[in-house]
Amino acid sequence: MADDEQLRAALVEDLDAGFEAVVRAHGDVVHAVARRTADRAADAEDLAAEAFLRAYRALRGYAPARIETLALRPWLLTILLNTARNDRRDAARRPRTDGVTPVPDRPTAAPGPAERAEGGEVADRLARLLAELPAAQRTAVVLRHVVDLPVAEVAAVLGIGEATARSHAKRGLDALRTRLTADTSEETA
Amino acid sequence: MTDHLLTALRDLAEPAPATLAERVVDTWVRVPGPLGEVVAVAGARGVRLLRLTAHVGDVEAFLEGYRTRHARPVRPAARPPRGLVPALRGTGAGPELDLGDLTPFAREVLAVTARIPAGQTRPYGWVAREAGRPRAVRAVGTVLARNPVPLLVPCHRVVRGDGDLGEYLSGRADKVALLEREGVELERLAALAAAGTRLVGSDTTGVVCFPTCHHARRITDAHRHGFASLVRARAAGYRPCRACRPL
Repeated sequence: MADDEQLRAALVEDLDAGFEAVVRAHGDVVHAVARRTADRAADAEDLAAEAFLRAYRALRGYAPARIETLALRPWLLTILLNTARNDRRDAARRPRTDGVTPVPDRPTAAPGPAERAEGGEVADRLARLLAELPAAQRTAVVLRHVVDLPVAEVAAVLGIGEATARSHAKRGLDALRTRLTADTSEETA
Repeated sequence: MTDHLLTALRDLAEPAPATLAERVVDTWVRVPGPLGEVVAVAGARGVRLLRLTAHVGDVEAFLEGYRTRHARPVRPAARPPRGLVPALRGTGAGPELDLGDLTPFAREVLAVTARIPAGQTRPYGWVAREAGRPRAVRAVGTVLARNPVPLLVPCHRVVRGDGDLGEYLSGRADKVALLEREGVELERLAALAAAGTRLVGSDTTGVVCFPTCHHARRITDAHRHGFASLVRARAAGYRPCRACRPL
């Protein structure tokens, strides 16, 4: 995989070819965060694609000197989170017209036998609990623990101090642990 | 427990679908077409834009214009979109098209136009009626004049109501060439138009058609009758053809 130094050089050399390399190099992390930010699984790829297109649009206006110093991953993730926020605001203003009822990523029915398979069940429950966290904690946990960014990068993406980023992630993690335990004891009771 | 939770969280990082890069980066190709080489730009959902290379001039400037207008990256394609080359040769169902940037009315106009069979023509007013807005004849003309995918959506088969061929994106001569290539008898149509004949009917079936409808072309001279309008044809006891639905 190309490192950011090579990617930046490629962008300056040929924006479109370089940008495709950026999508291939950072697509997984952007999509993974999109998946835990979008309300529906089907929206994650749309959201990731939209964020990349916004990034492309911004890059077209950047001077080479600016591109050469761009920290690509946190920059892309900041755009992704802004895109998701705008999408949510727009969705709240006007109802969907494509006939799809927005379903929050929180299954209401009990999972079927297939989904109860070992592992899958834990992942589903964890994803649900994660989606229920307050936004600040959820985003911090996703960036720090799902896609494994260093604290400094989490802070840069969220535009907050490192101490605050660390505390959001920790409180989110604690809440998940408490709820996981509570869920388990409910089920066994 | 902590380790389990952290491992489970990391397992929630689903890799991007393989299609993500295609969804973001469009591709372009040059391929041969009936009026000479064309440049086509396609996204993951289908062909978005097609232009004659000769009409475009500088291809790099054309692509730069596309990037600016659509705010999307474009790179050279490894191969043409599936179905594009056969469609330009006049065979096959054609490639997928992505007309998502257009208005619903424009999409409907293009969908209606795409159903006009090769070798036949229809008036702008017919397209307007079929698209559900019979009075929007001028708007149909505007949509077709901006057709992002000419040749694939055959806007050259849409002509003026008075029988005149009307305009075409790359000029009237190209429209003539395309219609002749499909076997449209332009001289015969011009003669009919000059005589004020817009529709032709058969006195054996009592059905009236556009002159280029394949039913109309089967009528023998002895049984062919021309009409200036559908109203006249109905008054003479004819019913409109169910295939070409004249108006």
